[in-house]
Amino acid sequence: MAQGWGLGALFNLDHYGHYIQWHVIQISVANLVVIILMVATFIAALFAPFPGRRNRKGSK
Amino acid sequence: MSNAQIERQWTSRLRHRVVEKLPPEKLLPDTQPAYVASWIYVFGVTTMAALGIVILTGTILALDGPQWWHSSSLGHFINSMHLWSVEIFFFAMVVHLWGKFSMAAWRGGRSMTWVTGGVTFLASILAGFTGYVSQTNFDSQWISTQAKDGINATGGGAFFNVLNLGQMLMWHIVLLPLAAVVLTGLHVIMVRVKGVVPPFEETTEVSA
Ligand code: HEM
Repeated sequence: MAQGWGLGALFNLDHYGHYIQWHVIQISVANLVVIILMVATFIAALFAPFPGRRNRKGSK
Repeated sequence: MSNAQIERQWTSRLRHRVVEKLPPEKLLPDTQPAYVASWIYVFGVTTMAALGIVILTGTILALDGPQWWHSSSLGHFINSMHLWSVEIFFFAMVVHLWGKFSMAAWRGGRSMTWVTGGVTFLASILAGFTGYVSQTNFDSQWISTQAKDGINATGGGAFFNVLNLGQMLMWHIVLLPLAAVVLTGLHVIMVRVKGVVPPFEETTEVSA
C-alpha cells in the first residue's frame, strides 16, 4: 500500500473485500457497484439531452 | 512508361481502391447525421481515448521497469494511471457495446465492424489478465497460481504458461497491445467507410 503524503484513497481499501452471495451466485460489492454504474451510465446516455441538439419532435 | 502501364501498377491500383473506398472527406468528415447527436455515440471515442492513455502510461512504465514502479512515488502514480485508464477503457467499452447492440449497429453490411469490436474486447480481456500476472508482486503470484490450474484444466497451459513471467510480460506489452491497437484501427476505419448506421425505420404512424 502506498503510504505517506498525498490524497490517499477516497475509501479505506485496507481490508478484505466484501461479497454478496445468493445461492451459487457470488459477486464482490466492488464489481456489483461497477456493473450498476455501467447500467446507470448507459441509461443516462440514452436519455440525457445532448448539448446543441435541436428537438426534432418539437413541433408535432 | 506509358500511362496504361502506370495504371496497371499495383501502387496505382491500390491508391485508386483506397481513395474510392475511403475518400478524405469520409475519413475525416466535417458533419455527422442528426441522429448522431446523442451521448451514446460518445463511448467509442471515450474507449479510444482511454486506450491512448493506457498505451502512453504503459510505455512510461516500460522505461524504468518494475523496481521503479514499485518503489517511487512517481512510479506508483504512473502505475495507478495505467490501472485506472484500463478501468475507464473497459467501462466505456461495455457501454459502447451495449449501445451498439441496442441499435443493432451491425446492420447494412457492418458485420465486420461488430466482429472486430468483439475480437478487440476478447484481446483486451487477455491483455487485462496478462497485466495482472505481470505485476511482479504477491498479487500477481496469487493470481497466476490460481489461473494456472484453470488453464491446465483446458490443456492450454502447455502453450500459454501463466507462471512464465517472461512469456506473460511479452504478451502483455507487445502482442496484445499490438492486437488491440491494430484491431481498433481497422474497427474505426470500417465505421468511416460505411458511415454511422441509420436508426431503425419509424414503424408507427406519426400524425402530421
Ligand atoms: C477497443 C475497443 C473499441 C473501440 C476503441 C471502439 C471504437 C469505436 C468508435 C470510435 C466508433 C464510432 C463512434 C461510435 O459510434 O461510438 C465505433 C463504432 C462501432 N463499434 Fe466500437 N469500439 C470498440 C469496441 C467495440 C465492441 C466491443 C463492439 C461490439 C462487439 C463494437 C461495435 C461497434 C459497432 C457495431 C460500431 C459501428 C456503429 C455504426 O456504424 O453506427 N465496438 N467503435
